[in-house]
Amino acid sequence: MNKIVKKEVLSQNVVKLEVEAPLIAKSRKAGHFVIVKLGKYGERIPLTIAGADTNKGTIDLVIQNVGKSSKKICELNEGDFITDLVGPLGKATHIENFGTVVCACGGVGTAPMLPIIEAMKKAGNKVITVQAARTKELIILEDEIKKYSDEVVIMTDDGSYGNKGLVTNGIEDVINREKVDLCVTIGPAVMMKFVSLLTQKYNIPTVASLNTIMVDGTGMCGACRVTVGGKTKFVCVDGPEFDAHQVDFDEMMMRLNSYKDFE
Amino acid sequence: MAINTEYLKAQRNEPWREELRKSTKNKERADIPRVKMPELNAEYRSKNYEEVNLGLSLDQALLEAKRCLDCPDPQCMTGCPVEINIPKFIKNIERNEILEAAKTLKETSALPAVCGRVCPQEKQCESKCIHLKMKKEAVAIGYLERFASDYERESGSISVPELAKSNGIKIAVVGSGPAGLSFAGDMAKYGYDVTVFEALHEIGGVLKYGIPEFRLPNDIVDVEIDILQKMGVKFITNCIVGKTISYEDLQEEGFKAIFVASGAGLPNFMNIPGENLSGVLSSNEYLTRVNLMSANKEESDTPVFFGKNVAVVGGGNTAMDSVRTARRLGAEKAMIVYRRSEEEMPARLEEVKHAKEEGVIFMNLNNPIEYIGDDKGRVKQMVVQKMELGEPDASGRRKPVEILGATETIDVDMVVVAIGVSPNPLIPSAFEGLNVSKWGTIIVNQDTLQTDLPDVFAGGDIVRGGATVILAMGDGRKAAAAMHKALTEK
Repeated sequence: MNKIVKKEVLSQNVVKLEVEAPLIAKSRKAGHFVIVKLGKYGERIPLTIAGADTNKGTIDLVIQNVGKSSKKICELNEGDFITDLVGPLGKATHIENFGTVVCACGGVGTAPMLPIIEAMKKAGNKVITVQAARTKELIILEDEIKKYSDEVVIMTDDGSYGNKGLVTNGIEDVINREKVDLCVTIGPAVMMKFVSLLTQKYNIPTVASLNTIMVDGTGMCGACRVTVGGKTKFVCVDGPEFDAHQVDFDEMMMRLNSYKDFE
Repeated sequence: MAINTEYLKAQRNEPWREELRKSTKNKERADIPRVKMPELNAEYRSKNYEEVNLGLSLDQALLEAKRCLDCPDPQCMTGCPVEINIPKFIKNIERNEILEAAKTLKETSALPAVCGRVCPQEKQCESKCIHLKMKKEAVAIGYLERFASDYERESGSISVPELAKSNGIKIAVVGSGPAGLSFAGDMAKYGYDVTVFEALHEIGGVLKYGIPEFRLPNDIVDVEIDILQKMGVKFITNCIVGKTISYEDLQEEGFKAIFVASGAGLPNFMNIPGENLSGVLSSNEYLTRVNLMSANKEESDTPVFFGKNVAVVGGGNTAMDSVRTARRLGAEKAMIVYRRSEEEMPARLEEVKHAKEEGVIFMNLNNPIEYIGDDKGRVKQMVVQKMELGEPDASGRRKPVEILGATETIDVDMVVVAIGVSPNPLIPSAFEGLNVSKWGTIIVNQDTLQTDLPDVFAGGDIVRGGATVILAMGDGRKAAAAMHKALTEK
């Protein structure tokens, strides 16, 4: 049982929960995720770790209300408990001084990007973050991102905030202006697919953090499998980060819809 | 672990055993036909999750126990990986001291109600029974084991094994499956302070997520876990050793030794075209969704596929469990697709029989080579290669050989791949200095199950790479004895 010590509504459909989990707070690194389960008949779902406070022994989870299980988690309040929480899972992000790193994120993908931005900055990189959303109200964690980014580019589909356009437009502007050594992308699968296609054109190494269906999160069920470079990989133990140019995003999107009719 | 023959002899010479032996002639005992296990009607049970085998009645058990000749040199025990004192427990049943029989089982087995249900008895204890040499059917040791432990549980007076005086030495166990539980039970008996760390939210490992409730109800597993808790064993769920806490953390917290029983988690796939289509899943995923997450129940948030035409690839117990689960979840056509013939199937005979009775179609000598999807990426067909049997291979089984050009395309809307599992790489990658084989299994000293790290022992599937519940339990006992010895001699 893990107590929720703070709840913050980040946007219409997105909440941030600060949850007591001292062991995970201590051992987690950028890129790690956890599995949570609510109640006896709850589903096990993966959530990325947006941050941690080792003194308080808490971790931050950012959840988007998209389905039955995430809705239940979003409805929790301060003082409530998460029945089961396990982690940190997955491989940590590979951090080193690459030079200039573009962090391209969208939707709740911004949350797991936070610790990566921080770690990349601390490793000496120049960090340019491109955050995208459909509209102004869906831009989250802007202040937190600014803290460790050398530059933040905001893109909205409708132009209600920042620049009008897609995440790829923002990235391309940066590429046209200066040398980019690495791109990291986290967001909806379709967004990552187009980021990947763009950076491939410019030959920029790109890492995508994949969020697939999982049950156990420790390599047991194989529900999270994706094709990377023609080989089957398990996102939970081999990832969640992969060379984006090798990922079969179409297959991944198709598998993400697997259980839609059965929910 | 050698069987202590002196001890066995002394027990056999107890007056009550002698008297019992004299009460009925061996010829008479041998002439009693083997008991039949009552079971649910196949049509009825294939639509629900009730336990298929119903267990013996007291009368049936008393009569079956009479068949045992109480051999002076009981071979059955040599076939049991945990060395249950089989004649002693059976003779206790014969004299209607069922609770004593249950106690006898617990001397060496932490999970008798589980073993009585899932052990491949026909290949183990029962295969060594003297009756077989006389061309009679073996004593139904497994059924009797189940009877004694069920009787005890239902009697409400469950015995807790005697424990040695606490020595205060902290021992960690990684994984709460059969190897970990069996190890924990023995170490508690020796007087250690045992903590079991489990990655999942429930205790029991493969007994909970892997074996369906129609074969092994979760309640039965819980009762046996309860006893371990009464023996002082502590359980910590949602904690992954190597991730949540490290090997070094455990050492810092004063754990003097660690038993790694993290199992063989990683499901194998065949790497054929279309295998990542939606609707193609591993048996682990399918069984975990249903057994552990109750996806078959209305109140569960976990979804599961309800296929109408379901193919399960493989011929082991897990394949049988998966295909029978599919039937119960409404499959009109539930098929086993296996590349060898039925004779080579590794599944227990009883599971194959039960599957057939429940309407499962067996497509033997067929090997999947491709899956075909619809426009939404869902599997709709599978192409199978027809096979025939050639010469025996290294496993002693006749090798399946392709019949050139003979393929068939069959309609399926769900495929479960049950072709085995590989060791989970989590622990080996997190324990520096732990040596693993090229298959990913942890390398141990075969006699002591000690790894190259002196305070780390390992057993079960992480060492064997995919075996049975009872072999894992045997490893647990062996590791406990060896660790106890190592710690005492220090």
